[in-house]
Amino acid sequence: MSRQANRGTESKKMNSELFNLTYGSLVAQLCKDYENDEDVNKQLEKMGYNIGVRLIEDFLARSNVGRCHDFRETSDVIAKVAFKMYLGITPTITNWSPAGDEFSLILENNPLVDFVELPDNHSTLIYSNMLCGVLRGALEMVQMAVDVKFVQDTLKGDSVTEIRMKFIRRIEDNLPAGEE
Amino acid sequence: MAIFSVYVVNKAGGLIYQLDNQNPRAETEKTFSYPLDFVLKVHDDRVLVSFGQRDNIRVGHSVLSINGIDVSGRCTADGKEVLEFLGNPSNYPLSIRFGRPRLSSNEKLMLASMFHSLFAIGSQLSPEPGSSGIEMLETDTFKLHCYQTLTGIKFMVLSDPRQAGVDALLRKIYELYSDYALKNPFYSLEMPIRCELFDQNLKSALEISEKAGTFGASS
Repeated sequence: MSRQANRGTESKKMNSELFNLTYGSLVAQLCKDYENDEDVNKQLEKMGYNIGVRLIEDFLARSNVGRCHDFRETSDVIAKVAFKMYLGITPTITNWSPAGDEFSLILENNPLVDFVELPDNHSTLIYSNMLCGVLRGALEMVQMAVDVKFVQDTLKGDSVTEIRMKFIRRIEDNLPAGEE
Repeated sequence: MAIFSVYVVNKAGGLIYQLDNQNPRAETEKTFSYPLDFVLKVHDDRVLVSFGQRDNIRVGHSVLSINGIDVSGRCTADGKEVLEFLGNPSNYPLSIRFGRPRLSSNEKLMLASMFHSLFAIGSQLSPEPGSSGIEMLETDTFKLHCYQTLTGIKFMVLSDPRQAGVDALLRKIYELYSDYALKNPFYSLEMPIRCELFDQNLKSALEISEKAGTFGASS
C-alpha cells in the first residue's frame, strides 16, 4: 500500500532482468503451446494489445501529456516519454514518409532481448511482437488506429531493431465530448 | 471542508463506480400523536411531506421509518401501507423518522448518464471551438467537478463549495483508477469497478484531500 503512496511521474525502478526473464519464459511457453511461429506472433500481439489498452491510462495519469494533434507529436511522446518511462530507453525516430503518416522507431538496445538467441527453427518468430500490440492498443484508446510492425530485428541479424508505425485513421466514433 | 461523493463514468456514459463519502443529510426522528399536523402524499413510490414544514421536517422529506421499522416505497418492511397505517388513530403514538430520500443506485445510474450528455451538450454549445465540456458546476450547497481523460473516462467529485484542491484530487483518482482497477487483471474494462484496493485507496485519498485540501506538487 505504501509502495505507491508517493509515486509520482518519476517511474519506480525495477530490475530489468526479472522482466526480461519473465518475458522470455512467456515466449518460450507460447512456442511450446503453438505449432507455428505465426500463431505465437499473433498471440504476443494480442497480449500486448490487452496490456496497451490499460497501460495508456497509467501513462496519461502519470505524465502530463495532452492530446496529440499530429503524428509527429505522437512519435515524440512515444519515443521520449513512453519508452523512457516503461523500458528506460529512448528510441530514435527516423524514416518519415513524405506524407508524415509513417515513421520508424530505431531501438539501439531492445531491453527485451538482452539474453536471447533465436533457435534456427524459429526463424519467423517476432520475439518482441508484444511491443507492437502495446503500441497499437494504447494508441487506439486515444482514438488513433495505427499499424505497428517490426521491419528489422537484431535477433535476425539486422544491424538495428526497427519498429515501423503507420497511421491509418482517427477513430471518430468514440471521440470524447469536446474533442475534434 | 467535505467531499460528498465520487462518480466514475465510462466512455459510453455508464456509471462504473460510485462512492458516497459523507452526507450532510439531516434526518429527524420524532414521536407523533394523532392527527399528524402536516400533509403527506405519495410521489414516485415514496411517502413525502407535501405541506406543513416544521422543526427539521421539510417539504420533500420522505418517511424513512416508522417505529424503527424501515419504509421502502409506500409500504413498511412488514408489509403495511404507510398512508393507511398513519391514518389509523389506534396506531398512535408512534415515532417517525424523516429525511431526504436517498438516491437509489438506479437513479444514480440515470443521473450519471444524463450528466454525460450534458457534458457533451456543453462542449457543443460553446462559442469557442475546441471547448471542453462542463468542468465545474456550482450551486449554493455543493460543487460538482468533472475531469475527462483523453480516453474519455469521466471522474466526478461532488464537494463542499469551499473545498480546495479538487483538481489535484481528480488527478489522484485517475492515478488510483489506473493503478487499482486497470492493473487488476481480473477487472474488465468499461465494467463496474468492484475492487477492494481501489475503495481503500480512494477513501484515504479523500481523507487526505479533506484535511489538507491538496496533495502537493509531487503527486
